[in-house]
Amino acid sequence: MAENSQTTRPITFHVTRYNPERDGEPYIQTYTVPVRAGMTVLDGLHYIKENLDASLAWRYSCRMGVCGSCGMLLNGHPTLACNTQILHIAASDLTVSPLPNFEIIRDLVPDLLTMFDKHRSLKPHIVRADEAEINDPQGEFYQSPAELERYLQFSYCIKCGCCMAACPTLATDARYLGPMPLSAAQRYNVDTRDDGRRDRNTLTGSAHGAFRCHYAGECSRVCPKGVDPAKAIQHLKRQLVLDYLHLARRRKPCQKLHGPGQAKPLPNIPAAPAKTV
Amino acid sequence: MGETKYWTWHMAAGVVILFLLGLHMLIMHLGGITHLYAPLGGEAISKANSLFRDGKLLFTVTYVLLLAVALYHGLYGLRTILFELTLKPAAEKAITIVLLMVGLGLLGLGTWGAIAAHAIAKAGIRG
Repeated sequence: MAENSQTTRPITFHVTRYNPERDGEPYIQTYTVPVRAGMTVLDGLHYIKENLDASLAWRYSCRMGVCGSCGMLLNGHPTLACNTQILHIAASDLTVSPLPNFEIIRDLVPDLLTMFDKHRSLKPHIVRADEAEINDPQGEFYQSPAELERYLQFSYCIKCGCCMAACPTLATDARYLGPMPLSAAQRYNVDTRDDGRRDRNTLTGSAHGAFRCHYAGECSRVCPKGVDPAKAIQHLKRQLVLDYLHLARRRKPCQKLHGPGQAKPLPNIPAAPAKTV
Repeated sequence: MGETKYWTWHMAAGVVILFLLGLHMLIMHLGGITHLYAPLGGEAISKANSLFRDGKLLFTVTYVLLLAVALYHGLYGLRTILFELTLKPAAEKAITIVLLMVGLGLLGLGTWGAIAAHAIAKAGIRG
């Protein structure tokens, strides 16, 4: 039977606290929160901040699973606090910790800079060989639905760091690039508009690149957006080997459209209404 | 990209090991059924049968090949494990050099052993 949204149940939050300026090491502090059906962990943390302990720190922004700011370890599972209802994962106790595999800035706030540095190093953007096209675009690039499908799921990544926190390789090898940056590299490598794969191969094929992945698959299991970084890394490995053996198929350059009406429209799609402006 | 080269050869070495160990199983451990390269009767590991195989150039070559791929496959795996300890780049380079020297040393020793066994078997055949 569904719990009445007005009734509350006391849930004990075991929250990791840490202030590097004051504390020698992290410690656990407990709070009892009256939880209603539908309350998210983020709501619970707000309750603590407003009613029990104003010094608690965490990071959040959108509250709807889009920005990727509130990634944390809930009952040992890396996920988004805004996307997780308390009563779905806790009957009486809930542990809330910062994401592992990152330094802690304070309490539940991980330092994601290392992840973003690795991400930036892999050129996570369209790299074009023709400089003129970047500086002075002459038209639109056309991609078929099949070409879009090859990278679409990897573009759903919100950089929350949950995959990095779940990665057992990253837990031992801090220099390993990690699932998020590597899946971002794959996202651009298979984009038909991109010419930067060979540049990225230098890093993805390095000693701490794609080949360090043990294929535990935890990154894909915990991703709150359904992205499959483990699959991206396996594809990266295959492409690296094919590139090394000079067996990679040459990709057709992306077709460029210089005006409207050049693309072949799909059937049964009505024509756009006439311009009113 | 250097790691891609090492990893590709690591995989290729694995396939070769699979094939050569399959041969080893057929000849040495299933000899009672297959009777491959054991024409002198008795166990496949008997001295007479061992000398018979050592006297064939094919076996000397496969011994050296198996040793080479097994050393490469194993030492690359060890290097991978060590690299996951978040070492400094200089330490990683030192490990690579040490493992390369160990591998080449063991390969040299094993090759000498295989060639010596071949020579002894040949001398034995000639009487």
